[in-house]
Amino acid sequence: MAEKMESIIQTIHLTKQYGMKLAVNDLNLAIRKGEVFGLLGPNGAGKTTTILMLLGLTEPSSGEAQIAGYDCTRNPLEVKSIVGYLPDNVGFYADMTGRQNLRFTGRLNGMDGVELEQRISELLDRVGMTEAADKKTSTYSKGMRQRLGIADVLMKDPQVIIMDEPTLGIDPEGMRELLNLIRELSVKDGRTVLISSHQLQQIQQVCDRVGIYVEGSLIACGTLAELEAQIQKNGTYSLEVDVEPCDDRILGMLAGQTDILNIQKEGRRFMITSKKDIRPQLTHFLGENGYTVMHLHQRGGDLDEIYRRYFEKAGQNDESNKSETKKKYGRKSRA
Amino acid sequence: MKAISQRQRKNMAGNPEHETGGRTIVHASTGRNALIRKELADHLKSKRFLILLILISCTSCASLYGAVSGISDAIAQDSNFIFLKLYTTGGSSIPSFMSFIALLGPVIGLALGFDAINSERANGTLNRLVAQPIYRDAIIIGKFMAGVIVIALVIFTMGIGIGAFGVLATGLIPETEEVLRILVFLCFTTVYVSFWLALSILFSVVCRHAATSALASISVWIFFSIFMSLVASIIANAVYPVNDQYQAFYNSLNNYTLNMNLNRISPYYLYSEAITTIMNPTVRSVNAVTMDQLVGAISGYLSLGQSLLLVWPHLTGLAALMLVAFGVSYVGFMRQEVRSN
Repeated sequence: MAEKMESIIQTIHLTKQYGMKLAVNDLNLAIRKGEVFGLLGPNGAGKTTTILMLLGLTEPSSGEAQIAGYDCTRNPLEVKSIVGYLPDNVGFYADMTGRQNLRFTGRLNGMDGVELEQRISELLDRVGMTEAADKKTSTYSKGMRQRLGIADVLMKDPQVIIMDEPTLGIDPEGMRELLNLIRELSVKDGRTVLISSHQLQQIQQVCDRVGIYVEGSLIACGTLAELEAQIQKNGTYSLEVDVEPCDDRILGMLAGQTDILNIQKEGRRFMITSKKDIRPQLTHFLGENGYTVMHLHQRGGDLDEIYRRYFEKAGQNDESNKSETKKKYGRKSRA
Repeated sequence: MKAISQRQRKNMAGNPEHETGGRTIVHASTGRNALIRKELADHLKSKRFLILLILISCTSCASLYGAVSGISDAIAQDSNFIFLKLYTTGGSSIPSFMSFIALLGPVIGLALGFDAINSERANGTLNRLVAQPIYRDAIIIGKFMAGVIVIALVIFTMGIGIGAFGVLATGLIPETEEVLRILVFLCFTTVYVSFWLALSILFSVVCRHAATSALASISVWIFFSIFMSLVASIIANAVYPVNDQYQAFYNSLNNYTLNMNLNRISPYYLYSEAITTIMNPTVRSVNAVTMDQLVGAISGYLSLGQSLLLVWPHLTGLAALMLVAFGVSYVGFMRQEVRSN
């Protein structure tokens, strides 16, 4: 009950159906005030649909979504005045400067005059865009657009910020700044941040909790540690090994071992799945047979692995999924 | 309105805890007004508008020149309502201002609207816009209103400008009724061009690409302006053939009426017919008149009220067309998914 009190975003049996396809399937999500929540899933998992429903831009087929106590479908104006939304591929009016774009957003939110100008300067400064503020946005790079997008979102001083794929197409330096900024929005300003992404590495650095989303269903939700623990309990161990010399003889030798469930060769690496931690025996065994271990890595613990495991659990083929993700990458996501 | 929203802001600034309960939302009309303001600024500053303005000014000047050079002949025929002749008279091979506007007016509407929605979608600004605290219809209403304002501005500037130059060039002084007729003409024109704006906005909602919607709206314009009369006469001749004297005797009236009614489907024809009546007080009927109806009629001018009465169906028809086009685009836009793909 106490948890319910402080949750700011809440969905209750939220479902969205497009024709025969279930885009979002019975989603029950509670996001607490002030946390950074990562909504993870491949493209087409229903992340954007969920976000649009939270903003009242798409009507749910059944169930409801609430932000700060407002029903997202019935009171979209109330919701939209406290929720900032940074869409994927955020766009600006190309023939207006960054400052003019922000001014327009400010006016849409009922600001005007000196107060508006002050807020614009303040936010431009905050996202480090003061220098480029009076250039037309058509000259901006992707990273600059993203930063201006954050300033744009902050114009209305939102309690909740929803970002759709914010890390897409940003260089490493820009990424670091962006993640710092997101962290700051949550810690310093006390805003709630909901990030949807399929890029796990970046997200795990900033998220307090994550939800993993596959084909419209939330299959896991919790902190990283919780998800990891959940996996280790019912899971197996996975080992990455790189040996010298790298020959196929080792495959046959290892396949006969009792604890090893599966062994695969991926490029120069062997992927070994086992029931228990076999690292000590394995190094010993390899050493005895004249192999030198070049690389040994126990998988798990990072989000990538958790993600992969959950996909496997959800009955998805990891490989085909990855390649599909890559294929879709270039197009605008429908996720 | 402004005062209220500023007070809200101040409350929020002084209260970093983000009180949700006490926070009232920004009134919906604030957003719409901001949108209209931005759209207006966009239109007026755009190169497209500049080009249109140059085009329209040039044709207006040409037609004024034609009218001034041809006006003495026109006065020789009929010396009443001379000032209106500045708008309705063409010179040798130069069409009148009225026919120029009937043909080129739609271009203004089409150019202002053909990328209204789909360019927002393509640039990714639409989903940023709908996430602001405004109703979704504020976007399309704002765009349409801004377009109508620009159209009215252009039409009235041109119309009054023609009059002013006419006064300077010819020394004619307009009478009250002439001024009223001109104002009615300009209002008619604004509605007519707004219809084309609404149509192009409709295409911009339906088509994903600005190029497609531009082509579609231009083809509709060309069809109605040029080919509709051909189609109408083909159909009329097929239904009421007038190939020999015998057929002509029976069918010519029906043929003519059907032909005209079919033509009236085209907003171009509807508008042309209406403004000809308004700008020319000698026009006493828009339909075919039989000889026995003319018996005993005294040749004279219609008053403005009577002229208006004659074309009232045209005006309501045009306004209805405009509203239907806008209504369809409104509904289409409201039902469309926001996501960009």
